[in-house]
Amino acid sequence: MDNSNLHNLEEKFQAKIDAEIKIEPKDWMPEKYRKTLIRQISQHAHSEVVGMLPEGNWLTRAPSLNRKLILLAKIQDEGGHGLYLYSAAETLGISRDELVDQLLTGKAKYSSIFNYPSINWADIGAIGWLVDGAAIMNQVMLTRTSYGPYARAMVRICKEESFHQRQGYELLLTMSQGTDEQKEMVQDAFNRWWWPSLMMFGPSDKESTHSAQSMKWKIKRKSNDELRQAFVDATVPQAEFLGLTVPDDQLKWNEERNHYDFGPIDWDEFWSVVKGNGPCNRERLKARQKAHDEGAWVREAATAYAEKRRKRKAEKESTQVA
Amino acid sequence: MSKQDWPLWEVFIRSKSGLHHKHAGSLHAADAEMAIENARDVYTRRNEGVSIWVVESTNIAASSPEEGDMFEGAKSKIYRHPTFYDIPDEVGHM
Amino acid sequence: MTKKEALYNYIIQTADNNLILGQRLSELCGHGPELEVDIGLTNIALDLIGHARSLYQYAAEIQNLGKDEDQLAFLRARHEYFNVLLVEQPNEDFAYTIARQFFFSVFNYLFYSELQNSNDSQLAAIAEKSLKEVAYHIRYSSEWMIRLGDGTDVSHKKMQVAVDDLWKYTAELYTMSEVDQLMLEEGIGIDLNKIKALYLAKVEEVMEEATLTIPTNGWTQKGGKEGQHTEHLGHILTEMQWMQRTYPNMKW
Repeated sequence: MDNSNLHNLEEKFQAKIDAEIKIEPKDWMPEKYRKTLIRQISQHAHSEVVGMLPEGNWLTRAPSLNRKLILLAKIQDEGGHGLYLYSAAETLGISRDELVDQLLTGKAKYSSIFNYPSINWADIGAIGWLVDGAAIMNQVMLTRTSYGPYARAMVRICKEESFHQRQGYELLLTMSQGTDEQKEMVQDAFNRWWWPSLMMFGPSDKESTHSAQSMKWKIKRKSNDELRQAFVDATVPQAEFLGLTVPDDQLKWNEERNHYDFGPIDWDEFWSVVKGNGPCNRERLKARQKAHDEGAWVREAATAYAEKRRKRKAEKESTQVA
Repeated sequence: MSKQDWPLWEVFIRSKSGLHHKHAGSLHAADAEMAIENARDVYTRRNEGVSIWVVESTNIAASSPEEGDMFEGAKSKIYRHPTFYDIPDEVGHM
Repeated sequence: MTKKEALYNYIIQTADNNLILGQRLSELCGHGPELEVDIGLTNIALDLIGHARSLYQYAAEIQNLGKDEDQLAFLRARHEYFNVLLVEQPNEDFAYTIARQFFFSVFNYLFYSELQNSNDSQLAAIAEKSLKEVAYHIRYSSEWMIRLGDGTDVSHKKMQVAVDDLWKYTAELYTMSEVDQLMLEEGIGIDLNKIKALYLAKVEEVMEEATLTIPTNGWTQKGGKEGQHTEHLGHILTEMQWMQRTYPNMKW
């Protein structure tokens, strides 16, 4: 393909995006658009799957049958969401095997938030309320993303996620109306999850390397800082309702801006965790690796059996003909 | 890459009797039986279906976007649509 | 044992089977051999714990001491759990998980099928409601038994080891305990002798298709229905009861 032809295709592509026409798998797309999407969608899928681990840590210890069922259903949903997203990524010409391999070899990232430990039961509430709450901000925006399969997966995910944040908040509300010990657990969980939740929106717009192009292609439709601000504005009153103290002495309502001002985020911590030096990075990957390795013989057996059955059926049909 | 990766299947769900099966998404499974069970577990967790079709993705033949022109002809045939015809109001609903 | 005590124990025994197996399956959530399978097994866990919940609610009503479902599920001593030994066996590997599920689901299906005719209307209703879900558990676990039994040499071997290790616990499923007998006499419980042949027939049918062999040494292990458990139950309870024991009398 000569250069003017490529240029022409790129212009047509951008015109479609500008006209809010979704891009579908077989449509022509710039190679960089495809790569960006694979990176982002798979990162999102990995986050759902790795995200099952910190919550799964509490499944066998959930304090009531009701909570055990809710938590099981929620974690299972996350597995489902990972699956929808892997499927969306696969429409771009990459297999799930390759995607999983990228996760396990550390080539692909997942949301750093899941490298933090869940150490008291209130963490389950905090993860639902804060982590899912932050994720929803992003996901609602992504239901309008320019790539069709990604947008459709997000619509389904958002519909299913609506209970995730609510169950977390309700869990904390119940505990915050309980004993002093329970209230302490809630504040402790909040203290540990607040800042990592703000980091979930990614580096500040000034520092973000992928943002500008992603906005132009309408993969992303709001900036990291915009989303983060919206999250803080929505969450602070909810924290107050629970009787919690936000672990930020610079947090203040700003009349002029009509937004909360908040203190500086510790980006050194953020980058350190992204690079692998968080409290649980190694453990999370090890758990995924273990499940993958221990599942190998199961996947192989199912493939072998399917093949055997196909052959037997074919043999039966051929003898019938003869 | 390992060859043990289960093939990809497309899942179609009928949400209730009387409606078409509609594409719900995809999943991996070693064979058709497993694909139906996986579809049941993955795509009907919230009571979304009464019937499932699965088809291995490689068995789907699809038109390509470059063939977009093949839909052009239909755009100009406005006489196929009821609004093309003016019927006086006095005649009543038709 | 009064009739009321026997009824309470009968409900608890059924609830415990479901809860303990659900607890075992929930250990695997997030660690399955493939995402689709992870989701499938979790569905079964949700069904089982859901059934357990209805049963504990009913048991609490019968007991009438003002306890709720969670106090019954979480705050009894080890010997007050009456589940069969099979369901407390660990997830050694996926073959164990599938064999345990299959052996239990076939029983559970036959059990609920009969229990639908109980003259205790509440138990009959719970049985009827649970039956449809359990039918799917049989289908799911049978297919995996066959797939793994007749898959590769490795999977066949692992499946056979799991069957050999777990088979001794299956006889307890269809052996009458004192409580079972009392409930049968009252027209509430089911006659396990009646389902024994059906149980073995179904199991043999699937095992044959899976190219697996049923152990023939006749060795059986029981005691769960009388509160005599294997070493595993104590560990399950330690984890499961931890919050309720450490922070008593709180709302969650």
